[in-house]
Amino acid sequence: MIPSLPRPLWLRTATTLYLVAFLVFLFLPLATVAVFAFNDAPYPAPPWHGFTLDWFLGNASRDRTGLFGDDELLASIWTSFLVACAVTALSVGVGTANAFLMERARFPGKGALSALMLVPLVLPGVILGISILAFASRIAEFVNDLFGLELEFLRPGLPLVVLGQFSYIAAIATLTISARLKRFDPTLEEAAYNLGASRGAVLRTITLPYLRPAMIGSAAIAFLMSFENFNTTLMLVGADPPLTIMMYGRMREGATPVLNAVSLFLMVASALLALTLMRKDGRRAA
Amino acid sequence: MPDATSGPAWERRLLLGLLLAPALLWLFALIVLPQIDLALLSFRERVAPREYVASLAQYRTFFAEPLYWHVFVRTAVMSLAATLATLLIAFPVAWTIAKLLRGRLSALLFVVCLIPFWVSETVRTLGWMILLRESGVLPALLAHLGVTAAPVELLYHDATILVGLVYTSLLFMVVPLVSSLESLDNSLIEAAYDLGGSGWSILREIVIPHAAPGITAGCIVVFMLMLGNYLTPTLLGGKSSQWFTEQIYTQFIVRFNWEQGAAFGFLLLALSTSMVWLGLKLSGQRFGDVMRRT
Repeated sequence: MIPSLPRPLWLRTATTLYLVAFLVFLFLPLATVAVFAFNDAPYPAPPWHGFTLDWFLGNASRDRTGLFGDDELLASIWTSFLVACAVTALSVGVGTANAFLMERARFPGKGALSALMLVPLVLPGVILGISILAFASRIAEFVNDLFGLELEFLRPGLPLVVLGQFSYIAAIATLTISARLKRFDPTLEEAAYNLGASRGAVLRTITLPYLRPAMIGSAAIAFLMSFENFNTTLMLVGADPPLTIMMYGRMREGATPVLNAVSLFLMVASALLALTLMRKDGRRAA
Repeated sequence: MPDATSGPAWERRLLLGLLLAPALLWLFALIVLPQIDLALLSFRERVAPREYVASLAQYRTFFAEPLYWHVFVRTAVMSLAATLATLLIAFPVAWTIAKLLRGRLSALLFVVCLIPFWVSETVRTLGWMILLRESGVLPALLAHLGVTAAPVELLYHDATILVGLVYTSLLFMVVPLVSSLESLDNSLIEAAYDLGGSGWSILREIVIPHAAPGITAGCIVVFMLMLGNYLTPTLLGGKSSQWFTEQIYTQFIVRFNWEQGAAFGFLLLALSTSMVWLGLKLSGQRFGDVMRRT
Protein backbone atom coordinates (compact mmCIF):
# COMPACT_ATOMS: atom_id res chain seq x y z
CA MET A 1 0.00 0.00 0.00
CA ILE A 2 1.04 3.63 0.14
CA PRO A 3 3.68 5.07 2.54
CA SER A 4 1.13 6.96 4.67
CA LEU A 5 -0.44 3.65 5.70
CA PRO A 6 1.21 1.03 7.90
CA ARG A 7 3.05 -1.53 5.81
CA PRO A 8 4.12 -4.79 7.43
CA LEU A 9 7.80 -5.65 7.30
CA TRP A 10 7.30 -8.71 5.08
CA LEU A 11 5.55 -6.57 2.48
CA ARG A 12 8.32 -3.98 2.43
CA THR A 13 10.97 -6.70 2.14
CA ALA A 14 9.04 -8.45 -0.61
CA THR A 15 8.66 -5.19 -2.54
CA THR A 16 12.39 -4.48 -2.36
CA LEU A 17 13.32 -8.01 -3.39
CA TYR A 18 10.87 -7.86 -6.26
CA LEU A 19 12.34 -4.60 -7.49
CA VAL A 20 15.86 -5.96 -7.36
CA ALA A 21 14.79 -9.08 -9.27
CA PHE A 22 13.01 -6.92 -11.82
CA LEU A 23 16.06 -4.74 -12.42
CA VAL A 24 18.28 -7.81 -12.78
CA PHE A 25 15.81 -9.18 -15.33
CA LEU A 26 15.91 -5.87 -17.20
CA PHE A 27 19.65 -5.45 -17.35
CA LEU A 28 20.96 -9.01 -17.44
CA PRO A 29 20.69 -9.43 -21.24
CA LEU A 30 22.29 -6.04 -21.91
CA ALA A 31 25.13 -6.62 -19.45
CA THR A 32 25.77 -10.06 -20.98
CA VAL A 33 26.01 -8.62 -24.47
CA ALA A 34 28.43 -5.94 -23.28
CA VAL A 35 30.68 -8.30 -21.30
CA PHE A 36 31.09 -10.86 -24.08
CA ALA A 37 32.21 -8.16 -26.50
CA PHE A 38 35.54 -8.35 -24.65
CA ASN A 39 35.88 -12.11 -24.26
CA ASP A 40 38.99 -13.59 -25.88
CA ALA A 41 37.13 -16.49 -27.54
CA PRO A 42 35.75 -17.09 -31.02
CA TYR A 43 32.16 -17.39 -29.78
CA PRO A 44 30.18 -15.26 -27.34
CA ALA A 45 29.86 -17.99 -24.70
CA PRO A 46 31.35 -18.80 -21.30
CA PRO A 47 33.86 -19.53 -19.88
CA TRP A 48 35.81 -16.29 -19.67
CA HIS A 49 39.07 -16.49 -21.63
CA GLY A 50 40.47 -13.10 -20.76
CA PHE A 51 40.09 -9.55 -21.98
CA THR A 52 40.62 -8.58 -25.60
CA LEU A 53 39.80 -5.75 -27.97
CA ASP A 54 40.00 -8.06 -31.00
CA TRP A 55 36.26 -7.82 -31.63
CA PHE A 56 36.59 -4.08 -32.09
CA LEU A 57 40.01 -3.68 -33.68
CA GLY A 58 40.45 -7.06 -35.34
CA ASN A 59 43.46 -9.35 -35.17
CA ALA A 60 44.72 -10.63 -38.51
CA SER A 61 47.19 -13.07 -36.93
CA ARG A 62 44.35 -14.94 -35.21
CA ASP A 63 42.02 -14.56 -38.17
CA ARG A 64 39.62 -12.32 -36.29
CA THR A 65 37.63 -9.53 -37.90
CA GLY A 66 36.78 -6.71 -35.52
CA LEU A 67 33.95 -4.24 -35.87
CA PHE A 68 36.16 -1.56 -37.42
CA GLY A 69 37.49 -4.01 -40.03
CA ASP A 70 34.14 -5.61 -40.86
CA ASP A 71 33.20 -3.76 -44.04
CA GLU A 72 29.84 -5.51 -44.39
CA LEU A 73 28.80 -4.49 -40.89
CA LEU A 74 30.08 -0.93 -41.27
CA ALA A 75 28.24 -0.59 -44.57
CA SER A 76 25.01 -1.71 -42.91
CA ILE A 77 25.46 0.87 -40.13
CA TRP A 78 25.90 3.54 -42.78
CA THR A 79 22.77 2.29 -44.61
CA SER A 80 20.76 2.43 -41.38
CA PHE A 81 22.05 5.93 -40.74
CA LEU A 82 21.01 7.18 -44.18
CA VAL A 83 17.58 5.57 -43.93
CA ALA A 84 17.07 7.02 -40.44
CA CYS A 85 18.01 10.52 -41.62
CA ALA A 86 15.54 10.34 -44.50
CA VAL A 87 12.75 8.95 -42.30
CA THR A 88 13.40 11.59 -39.63
CA ALA A 89 13.30 14.49 -42.09
CA LEU A 90 10.11 13.22 -43.74
CA SER A 91 8.35 12.38 -40.47
CA VAL A 92 9.09 15.68 -38.72
CA GLY A 93 8.17 17.68 -41.84
CA VAL A 94 4.88 15.89 -42.41
CA GLY A 95 4.20 15.74 -38.66
CA THR A 96 4.56 19.52 -38.34
CA ALA A 97 2.28 20.16 -41.32
CA ASN A 98 -0.25 17.72 -39.84
CA ALA A 99 -0.12 19.49 -36.47
CA PHE A 100 -1.08 22.80 -38.11
CA LEU A 101 -3.73 21.03 -40.16
CA MET A 102 -5.37 19.38 -37.16
CA GLU A 103 -5.04 22.25 -34.69
CA ARG A 104 -5.58 25.30 -36.87
CA ALA A 105 -7.61 24.41 -39.95
CA ARG A 106 -11.31 23.69 -40.28
CA PHE A 107 -12.53 21.46 -43.07
CA PRO A 108 -15.18 18.77 -43.64
CA GLY A 109 -14.07 15.27 -42.69
CA LYS A 110 -11.55 16.45 -40.11
CA GLY A 111 -12.73 13.98 -37.49
CA ALA A 112 -12.35 11.06 -39.90
CA LEU A 113 -8.89 12.22 -40.95
CA SER A 114 -7.82 12.56 -37.34
CA ALA A 115 -8.90 8.96 -36.65
CA LEU A 116 -7.21 7.76 -39.83
CA MET A 117 -3.92 9.27 -38.65
CA LEU A 118 -3.90 6.82 -35.72
CA VAL A 119 -4.46 3.75 -37.90
CA PRO A 120 -0.76 3.23 -38.79
CA LEU A 121 -0.10 2.69 -35.08
CA VAL A 122 -2.41 -0.32 -34.84
CA LEU A 123 -1.28 -2.03 -38.04
CA PRO A 124 1.30 -4.74 -37.33
CA GLY A 125 4.62 -3.78 -38.90
CA VAL A 126 4.76 -6.95 -40.98
CA ILE A 127 1.42 -6.06 -42.59
CA LEU A 128 2.51 -2.49 -43.28
CA GLY A 129 5.54 -3.98 -45.00
CA ILE A 130 3.76 -6.50 -47.21
CA SER A 131 0.97 -4.11 -48.17
CA ILE A 132 3.41 -1.42 -49.27
CA LEU A 133 5.50 -4.02 -51.09
CA ALA A 134 2.48 -5.36 -52.98
CA PHE A 135 1.09 -1.91 -53.79
CA ALA A 136 4.43 -0.56 -55.02
CA SER A 137 4.92 -3.61 -57.23
CA ARG A 138 1.46 -3.19 -58.69
CA ILE A 139 2.20 0.41 -59.61
CA ALA A 140 5.58 -0.55 -61.03
CA GLU A 141 3.99 -3.24 -63.17
CA PHE A 142 1.24 -0.91 -64.29
CA VAL A 143 3.74 1.74 -65.38
CA ASN A 144 5.84 -0.92 -67.05
CA ASP A 145 2.88 -2.28 -69.05
CA LEU A 146 1.66 1.14 -70.01
CA PHE A 147 4.83 3.07 -70.79
CA GLY A 148 7.51 0.42 -70.82
CA LEU A 149 9.28 2.24 -67.98
CA GLU A 150 11.03 0.33 -65.22
CA LEU A 151 10.64 2.28 -61.95
CA GLU A 152 13.50 0.86 -59.93
CA PHE A 153 12.59 2.67 -56.69
CA LEU A 154 9.29 0.79 -56.42
CA ARG A 155 11.09 -2.55 -56.17
CA PRO A 156 12.34 -3.82 -52.79
CA GLY A 157 15.17 -1.55 -51.69
CA LEU A 158 16.03 1.45 -49.57
CA PRO A 159 13.42 3.89 -51.00
CA LEU A 160 10.67 1.44 -50.04
CA VAL A 161 12.26 0.86 -46.63
CA VAL A 162 12.17 4.62 -46.02
CA LEU A 163 8.52 4.84 -47.10
CA GLY A 164 7.54 1.82 -45.01
CA GLN A 165 9.12 3.17 -41.82
CA PHE A 166 7.85 6.68 -42.50
CA SER A 167 4.28 5.38 -42.85
CA TYR A 168 3.93 4.76 -39.11
CA ILE A 169 6.68 6.97 -37.62
CA ALA A 170 4.90 9.98 -39.16
CA ALA A 171 1.88 9.16 -36.97
CA ILE A 172 4.04 9.35 -33.84
CA ALA A 173 5.59 12.66 -34.92
CA THR A 174 2.12 14.03 -35.66
CA LEU A 175 0.85 13.14 -32.17
CA THR A 176 3.87 14.64 -30.40
CA ILE A 177 3.94 17.92 -32.33
CA SER A 178 0.13 18.36 -32.28
CA ALA A 179 0.10 17.91 -28.50
CA ARG A 180 2.46 20.85 -28.11
CA LEU A 181 0.72 23.07 -30.66
CA LYS A 182 -2.55 22.46 -28.80
CA ARG A 183 -1.08 24.09 -25.67
CA PHE A 184 0.10 27.15 -27.59
CA ASP A 185 -1.27 30.48 -26.36
CA PRO A 186 -2.77 32.13 -29.49
CA THR A 187 -2.60 35.60 -27.90
CA LEU A 188 1.16 35.50 -28.55
CA GLU A 189 0.50 35.36 -32.28
CA GLU A 190 -2.24 37.97 -32.06
CA ALA A 191 0.13 40.35 -30.29
CA ALA A 192 2.69 39.90 -33.06
CA TYR A 193 0.06 40.54 -35.75
CA ASN A 194 -1.09 43.67 -33.90
CA LEU A 195 2.47 44.87 -33.89
CA GLY A 196 2.47 44.57 -37.68
CA ALA A 197 4.29 41.28 -38.21
CA SER A 198 3.64 39.34 -41.42
CA ARG A 199 2.45 35.73 -41.39
CA GLY A 200 5.90 34.49 -42.32
CA ALA A 201 7.55 36.52 -39.57
CA VAL A 202 5.10 35.27 -36.94
CA LEU A 203 5.66 31.67 -37.97
CA ARG A 204 9.43 32.07 -37.99
CA THR A 205 9.84 34.04 -34.77
CA ILE A 206 6.92 32.89 -32.58
CA THR A 207 5.24 29.64 -33.54
CA LEU A 208 8.11 27.49 -34.82
CA PRO A 209 10.47 28.38 -31.94
CA TYR A 210 7.65 27.39 -29.58
CA LEU A 211 7.29 24.05 -31.39
CA ARG A 212 11.03 23.38 -31.52
CA PRO A 213 11.30 21.16 -28.42
CA ALA A 214 8.54 18.89 -29.73
CA MET A 215 10.17 18.83 -33.16
CA ILE A 216 13.57 17.91 -31.73
CA GLY A 217 12.04 15.30 -29.45
CA SER A 218 10.08 13.66 -32.24
CA ALA A 219 13.14 13.80 -34.51
CA ALA A 220 15.14 11.85 -31.92
CA ILE A 221 12.36 9.31 -31.49
CA ALA A 222 11.91 9.00 -35.26
CA PHE A 223 15.65 8.44 -35.76
CA LEU A 224 15.78 5.80 -33.06
CA MET A 225 12.65 3.97 -34.23
CA SER A 226 13.91 3.95 -37.80
CA PHE A 227 17.37 2.74 -36.79
CA GLU A 228 15.87 -0.10 -34.77
CA ASN A 229 12.98 -1.02 -37.04
CA PHE A 230 12.91 -4.66 -38.02
CA ASN A 231 9.45 -5.92 -39.00
CA THR A 232 8.58 -3.48 -41.76
CA THR A 233 12.15 -3.32 -43.04
CA LEU A 234 12.40 -7.11 -43.34
CA MET A 235 9.60 -7.16 -45.91
CA LEU A 236 10.89 -4.26 -48.00
CA VAL A 237 14.64 -4.72 -47.95
CA GLY A 238 16.56 -5.19 -51.18
CA ALA A 239 20.25 -5.76 -51.81
CA ASP A 240 21.71 -3.52 -49.08
CA PRO A 241 20.52 -4.55 -45.64
CA PRO A 242 20.34 -2.05 -42.76
CA LEU A 243 22.02 -3.01 -39.49
CA THR A 244 19.10 -4.82 -37.80
CA ILE A 245 18.55 -7.06 -40.82
CA MET A 246 22.28 -7.77 -41.10
CA MET A 247 22.51 -8.65 -37.41
CA TYR A 248 19.45 -10.90 -37.64
CA GLY A 249 21.00 -12.83 -40.52
CA ARG A 250 24.22 -13.35 -38.61
CA MET A 251 22.49 -14.27 -35.36
CA ARG A 252 20.73 -17.15 -37.11
CA GLU A 253 24.08 -18.50 -38.27
CA GLY A 254 25.77 -18.17 -34.90
CA ALA A 255 28.09 -15.20 -35.14
CA THR A 256 31.38 -14.15 -33.55
CA PRO A 257 31.49 -11.57 -30.73
CA VAL A 258 31.78 -8.87 -33.37
CA LEU A 259 27.99 -8.66 -33.01
CA ASN A 260 28.47 -7.95 -29.31
CA ALA A 261 30.88 -5.20 -30.24
CA VAL A 262 28.41 -3.55 -32.60
CA SER A 263 25.66 -3.98 -29.98
CA LEU A 264 27.77 -2.24 -27.37
CA PHE A 265 28.32 0.57 -29.84
CA LEU A 266 24.52 0.83 -30.30
CA MET A 267 23.93 0.84 -26.54
CA VAL A 268 26.40 3.65 -25.98
CA ALA A 269 24.93 5.64 -28.87
CA SER A 270 21.32 5.30 -27.62
CA ALA A 271 22.37 6.08 -24.05
CA LEU A 272 24.08 9.27 -25.23
CA LEU A 273 21.02 10.25 -27.25
CA ALA A 274 18.73 9.60 -24.26
CA LEU A 275 20.96 11.54 -21.86
CA THR A 276 21.21 14.54 -24.19
CA LEU A 277 17.44 14.67 -24.54
CA MET A 278 16.86 14.32 -20.80
CA ARG A 279 19.34 17.09 -20.00
CA LYS A 280 17.56 19.33 -22.47
CA ASP A 281 14.22 18.48 -20.83
CA GLY A 282 15.68 19.12 -17.39
CA ARG A 283 17.01 22.55 -18.36
CA ARG A 284 13.69 23.55 -19.82
CA ALA A 285 11.84 22.49 -16.68
CA ALA A 286 14.26 24.36 -14.42
CA MET B 1 0.54 31.97 -40.49
CA PRO B 2 -1.37 28.74 -40.83
CA ASP B 3 -4.17 30.40 -39.02
CA ALA B 4 -6.42 29.14 -41.78
CA THR B 5 -9.38 31.08 -40.44
CA SER B 6 -8.27 34.57 -41.46
CA GLY B 7 -7.24 36.28 -44.68
CA PRO B 8 -8.94 36.26 -48.09
CA ALA B 9 -10.85 33.15 -49.17
CA TRP B 10 -8.46 32.06 -51.94
CA GLU B 11 -5.52 32.32 -49.60
CA ARG B 12 -7.28 30.23 -47.01
CA ARG B 13 -8.05 27.59 -49.61
CA LEU B 14 -4.47 27.51 -50.85
CA LEU B 15 -3.13 27.17 -47.32
CA LEU B 16 -5.58 24.41 -46.47
CA GLY B 17 -4.66 22.62 -49.69
CA LEU B 18 -0.93 22.87 -48.93
CA LEU B 19 -1.47 21.49 -45.45
CA LEU B 20 -3.80 18.72 -46.58
CA ALA B 21 -1.57 17.48 -49.39
CA PRO B 22 1.15 15.79 -47.29
CA ALA B 23 -1.40 14.24 -44.91
CA LEU B 24 -3.54 12.82 -47.71
CA LEU B 25 -0.54 11.62 -49.69
CA TRP B 26 0.86 9.86 -46.62
CA LEU B 27 -2.40 8.26 -45.52
CA PHE B 28 -3.71 7.25 -48.92
CA ALA B 29 -0.55 6.26 -50.78
CA LEU B 30 1.03 4.37 -47.86
CA ILE B 31 -1.88 3.19 -45.71
CA VAL B 32 -5.35 3.13 -47.28
CA LEU B 33 -4.60 2.10 -50.87
CA PRO B 34 -2.00 -0.54 -49.94
CA GLN B 35 -4.45 -2.10 -47.48
CA ILE B 36 -7.19 -2.18 -50.15
CA ASP B 37 -4.70 -3.66 -52.59
CA LEU B 38 -3.78 -6.32 -50.04
CA ALA B 39 -7.46 -7.20 -49.62
CA LEU B 40 -7.92 -7.50 -53.39
CA LEU B 41 -4.78 -9.61 -53.62
CA SER B 42 -6.05 -12.02 -50.98
CA PHE B 43 -9.34 -12.58 -52.81
CA ARG B 44 -7.92 -13.67 -56.15
CA GLU B 45 -6.44 -16.84 -57.52
CA ARG B 46 -3.90 -17.33 -60.26
CA VAL B 47 -5.29 -19.61 -62.97
CA ALA B 48 -2.60 -19.04 -65.59
CA PRO B 49 0.46 -16.77 -65.86
CA ARG B 50 -0.83 -13.19 -65.41
CA GLU B 51 -4.44 -14.37 -65.31
CA TYR B 52 -6.48 -14.16 -62.15
CA VAL B 53 -10.03 -14.85 -61.03
CA ALA B 54 -11.81 -13.75 -57.89
CA SER B 55 -11.87 -16.56 -55.38
CA LEU B 56 -11.77 -17.55 -51.74
CA ALA B 57 -9.13 -20.19 -52.39
CA GLN B 58 -6.54 -18.60 -50.09
CA TYR B 59 -8.92 -18.55 -47.16
CA ARG B 60 -10.04 -22.10 -47.89
CA THR B 61 -6.42 -23.20 -47.78
CA PHE B 62 -6.05 -21.58 -44.39
CA PHE B 63 -8.90 -23.57 -42.88
CA ALA B 64 -8.21 -26.78 -44.78
CA GLU B 65 -4.55 -26.99 -43.78
CA PRO B 66 -4.34 -27.67 -40.02
CA LEU B 67 -0.80 -26.32 -39.78
CA TYR B 68 -1.90 -22.83 -40.76
CA TRP B 69 -4.76 -22.36 -38.35
CA HIS B 70 -2.93 -24.18 -35.57
CA VAL B 71 -0.13 -21.64 -35.86
CA PHE B 72 -2.70 -18.85 -35.95
CA VAL B 73 -4.45 -20.00 -32.77
CA ARG B 74 -1.14 -20.70 -31.09
CA THR B 75 0.12 -17.19 -31.85
CA ALA B 76 -3.07 -15.66 -30.45
CA VAL B 77 -3.08 -17.76 -27.26
CA MET B 78 0.60 -17.23 -26.54
CA SER B 79 0.31 -13.49 -27.14
CA LEU B 80 -2.62 -13.36 -24.75
CA ALA B 81 -0.75 -15.32 -22.07
CA ALA B 82 2.33 -13.13 -22.51
CA THR B 83 0.18 -9.97 -22.27
CA LEU B 84 -1.29 -11.10 -18.94
CA ALA B 85 2.17 -12.02 -17.66
CA THR B 86 3.44 -8.58 -18.69
CA LEU B 87 0.59 -6.92 -16.80
CA LEU B 88 1.27 -8.94 -13.63
CA ILE B 89 5.01 -8.26 -13.75
CA ALA B 90 4.69 -4.57 -14.60
CA PHE B 91 1.97 -3.66 -12.09
CA PRO B 92 4.05 -3.79 -8.88
CA VAL B 93 6.80 -1.81 -10.58
CA ALA B 94 4.35 0.83 -11.79
CA TRP B 95 2.86 0.96 -8.30
CA THR B 96 6.29 1.50 -6.77
CA ILE B 97 7.08 4.29 -9.22
CA ALA B 98 3.70 6.00 -8.88
CA LYS B 99 2.93 5.53 -5.18
CA LEU B 100 5.79 4.24 -3.03
CA LEU B 101 8.75 6.32 -4.14
CA ARG B 102 8.85 10.10 -4.05
CA GLY B 103 10.42 12.83 -6.18
CA ARG B 104 13.84 12.10 -7.60
CA LEU B 105 13.91 8.45 -6.59
CA SER B 106 10.66 7.75 -8.38
CA ALA B 107 11.83 9.60 -11.50
CA LEU B 108 15.12 7.70 -11.38
CA LEU B 109 13.46 4.28 -11.22
CA PHE B 110 11.18 5.28 -14.08
CA VAL B 111 14.14 6.28 -16.26
CA VAL B 112 16.05 3.13 -15.31
CA CYS B 113 13.04 1.06 -16.42
CA LEU B 114 13.00 2.87 -19.77
CA ILE B 115 16.72 2.54 -20.57
CA PRO B 116 16.72 -1.03 -21.94
CA PHE B 117 14.05 -0.05 -24.44
CA TRP B 118 16.24 2.57 -26.04
CA VAL B 119 18.37 -0.32 -27.19
CA SER B 120 17.37 -2.25 -30.29
CA GLU B 121 15.29 -5.40 -29.91
CA THR B 122 17.97 -7.21 -31.91
CA VAL B 123 20.54 -6.46 -29.22
CA ARG B 124 18.23 -7.52 -26.39
CA THR B 125 17.46 -10.78 -28.18
CA LEU B 126 21.17 -11.39 -28.72
CA GLY B 127 21.58 -11.05 -24.95
CA TRP B 128 18.92 -13.67 -24.26
CA MET B 129 20.49 -16.02 -26.79
CA ILE B 130 23.91 -15.78 -25.12
CA LEU B 131 22.28 -16.29 -21.73
CA LEU B 132 20.04 -19.23 -22.59
CA ARG B 133 21.58 -21.39 -25.30
CA GLU B 134 23.11 -24.72 -24.39
CA SER B 135 26.66 -23.32 -24.41
CA GLY B 136 25.41 -20.14 -22.76
CA VAL B 137 25.67 -18.49 -19.38
CA LEU B 138 22.66 -19.80 -17.45
CA PRO B 139 22.98 -23.49 -18.46
CA ALA B 140 26.66 -23.34 -17.50
CA LEU B 141 25.74 -21.76 -14.18
CA LEU B 142 23.03 -24.36 -13.49
CA ALA B 143 25.43 -27.20 -14.27
CA HIS B 144 28.10 -25.60 -12.11
CA LEU B 145 25.71 -25.31 -9.17
CA GLY B 146 24.71 -28.93 -9.65
CA VAL B 147 21.06 -28.18 -10.44
CA THR B 148 21.43 -30.05 -13.72
CA ALA B 149 24.00 -32.74 -14.43
CA ALA B 150 25.02 -31.22 -17.78
CA PRO B 151 24.20 -27.89 -19.47
CA VAL B 152 20.63 -27.98 -20.81
CA GLU B 153 19.22 -26.16 -23.81
CA LEU B 154 17.07 -23.29 -22.56
CA LEU B 155 16.43 -21.80 -25.99
CA TYR B 156 13.78 -23.06 -28.42
CA HIS B 157 11.04 -23.68 -25.84
CA ASP B 158 7.64 -22.02 -25.71
CA ALA B 159 8.55 -20.60 -22.31
CA THR B 160 11.62 -18.96 -23.85
CA ILE B 161 9.42 -17.22 -26.41
CA LEU B 162 7.14 -16.01 -23.61
CA VAL B 163 10.07 -14.63 -21.60
CA GLY B 164 11.39 -12.84 -24.68
CA LEU B 165 7.99 -11.37 -25.54
CA VAL B 166 7.34 -10.19 -21.99
CA TYR B 167 10.79 -8.65 -21.77
CA THR B 168 10.46 -6.80 -25.01
CA SER B 169 7.01 -5.34 -24.20
CA LEU B 170 7.39 -4.31 -20.54
CA LEU B 171 7.91 -0.64 -21.35
CA PHE B 172 4.60 -0.38 -23.17
CA MET B 173 2.84 -1.67 -20.06
CA VAL B 174 4.79 0.28 -17.42
CA VAL B 175 4.29 3.72 -19.01
CA PRO B 176 0.45 3.73 -19.24
CA LEU B 177 0.16 2.04 -15.82
CA VAL B 178 2.33 4.67 -14.14
CA SER B 179 0.39 7.53 -15.69
CA SER B 180 -2.98 6.09 -14.68
CA LEU B 181 -1.82 5.24 -11.13
CA GLU B 182 -0.28 8.67 -10.59
CA SER B 183 -3.65 10.30 -11.09
CA LEU B 184 -5.18 8.18 -8.31
CA ASP B 185 -5.66 10.34 -5.20
CA ASN B 186 -3.92 8.82 -2.17
CA SER B 187 -6.66 10.03 0.14
CA LEU B 188 -9.08 7.61 -1.53
CA ILE B 189 -6.84 4.73 -0.50
CA GLU B 190 -6.48 6.14 3.00
CA ALA B 191 -10.23 6.55 3.32
CA ALA B 192 -10.81 2.98 2.19
CA TYR B 193 -8.25 1.80 4.71
CA ASP B 194 -9.83 3.80 7.54
CA LEU B 195 -13.17 2.27 6.68
CA GLY B 196 -11.65 -1.16 7.21
CA GLY B 197 -10.80 -2.16 3.65
CA SER B 198 -8.17 -4.87 3.34
CA GLY B 199 -5.33 -4.70 0.84
CA TRP B 200 -7.20 -6.94 -1.58
CA SER B 201 -10.50 -5.14 -1.43
CA ILE B 202 -8.79 -1.76 -1.87
CA LEU B 203 -6.97 -3.11 -4.90
CA ARG B 204 -10.14 -4.59 -6.37
CA GLU B 205 -12.57 -1.78 -5.63
CA ILE B 206 -10.45 1.37 -5.74
CA VAL B 207 -7.18 0.87 -7.56
CA ILE B 208 -8.13 -1.38 -10.47
CA PRO B 209 -11.28 0.54 -11.46
CA HIS B 210 -9.28 3.77 -11.43
CA ALA B 211 -6.38 2.30 -13.39
CA ALA B 212 -8.64 0.47 -15.87
CA PRO B 213 -7.97 2.91 -18.75
CA GLY B 214 -4.22 2.51 -18.30
CA ILE B 215 -4.51 -1.26 -17.99
CA THR B 216 -6.58 -1.48 -21.17
CA ALA B 217 -4.27 0.83 -23.09
CA GLY B 218 -1.21 -1.16 -22.01
CA CYS B 219 -2.79 -4.53 -22.76
CA ILE B 220 -4.02 -3.50 -26.20
CA VAL B 221 -0.67 -2.11 -27.30
CA VAL B 222 1.32 -5.00 -25.84
CA PHE B 223 -0.95 -7.65 -27.36
CA MET B 224 -0.71 -5.99 -30.75
CA LEU B 225 3.06 -5.77 -30.60
CA MET B 226 3.37 -9.43 -29.60
CA LEU B 227 1.04 -10.64 -32.31
CA GLY B 228 3.05 -8.76 -34.93
CA ASN B 229 6.47 -9.64 -33.52
CA TYR B 230 8.79 -11.60 -35.78
CA LEU B 231 12.29 -11.24 -34.37
CA THR B 232 11.80 -12.59 -30.85
CA PRO B 233 9.78 -15.74 -31.68
CA THR B 234 11.99 -16.74 -34.62
CA LEU B 235 15.29 -16.24 -32.81
CA LEU B 236 14.31 -17.52 -29.36
CA GLY B 237 11.94 -20.21 -30.61
CA GLY B 238 14.04 -21.36 -33.56
CA LYS B 239 12.41 -23.88 -35.85
CA SER B 240 9.70 -24.69 -33.33
CA SER B 241 8.59 -21.09 -32.91
CA GLN B 242 5.62 -21.42 -35.30
CA TRP B 243 4.65 -17.77 -35.14
CA PHE B 244 2.06 -16.49 -37.60
CA THR B 245 4.16 -13.60 -38.88
CA GLU B 246 6.70 -16.22 -39.92
CA GLN B 247 4.05 -17.88 -42.10
CA ILE B 248 3.35 -14.52 -43.72
CA TYR B 249 7.05 -14.02 -44.39
CA THR B 250 7.40 -17.52 -45.81
CA GLN B 251 4.47 -17.11 -48.20
CA PHE B 252 5.40 -13.60 -49.28
CA ILE B 253 9.17 -13.61 -49.49
CA VAL B 254 10.30 -17.24 -49.63
CA ARG B 255 7.57 -18.87 -51.71
CA PHE B 256 6.55 -15.71 -53.54
CA ASN B 257 2.91 -16.75 -53.09
CA TRP B 258 1.61 -13.23 -52.56
CA GLU B 259 -2.06 -14.16 -52.71
CA GLN B 260 -1.68 -16.61 -49.83
CA GLY B 261 0.56 -14.22 -47.91
CA ALA B 262 -1.98 -11.41 -48.33
CA ALA B 263 -4.76 -13.63 -46.99
CA PHE B 264 -2.63 -14.52 -43.95
CA GLY B 265 -1.84 -10.84 -43.46
CA PHE B 266 -5.53 -10.05 -43.51
CA LEU B 267 -6.34 -12.74 -40.99
CA LEU B 268 -3.68 -11.38 -38.63
CA LEU B 269 -5.01 -7.87 -39.13
CA ALA B 270 -8.56 -9.07 -38.41
CA LEU B 271 -7.44 -10.74 -35.18
CA SER B 272 -5.44 -7.73 -34.07
CA THR B 273 -8.24 -5.27 -34.91
CA SER B 274 -10.95 -7.34 -33.25
CA MET B 275 -8.87 -7.59 -30.07
CA VAL B 276 -8.34 -3.83 -30.03
CA TRP B 277 -12.07 -3.34 -30.59
CA LEU B 278 -12.98 -5.84 -27.86
CA GLY B 279 -10.62 -4.21 -25.39
CA LEU B 280 -12.11 -0.79 -26.09
CA LYS B 281 -15.69 -2.12 -25.79
CA LEU B 282 -15.00 -3.91 -22.52
CA SER B 283 -13.50 -0.83 -20.94
CA GLY B 284 -15.80 1.68 -22.67
CA GLN B 285 -12.98 3.81 -24.05
CA ARG B 286 -12.39 5.63 -27.27
CA PHE B 287 -9.62 4.63 -29.64
CA GLY B 288 -8.09 8.09 -29.92
CA ASP B 289 -7.80 8.49 -26.15
CA VAL B 290 -6.04 5.15 -25.77
CA MET B 291 -3.49 5.92 -28.47
CA ARG B 292 -2.75 9.33 -27.00
CA ARG B 293 -2.24 7.78 -23.60
CA THR B 294 0.57 5.51 -24.75
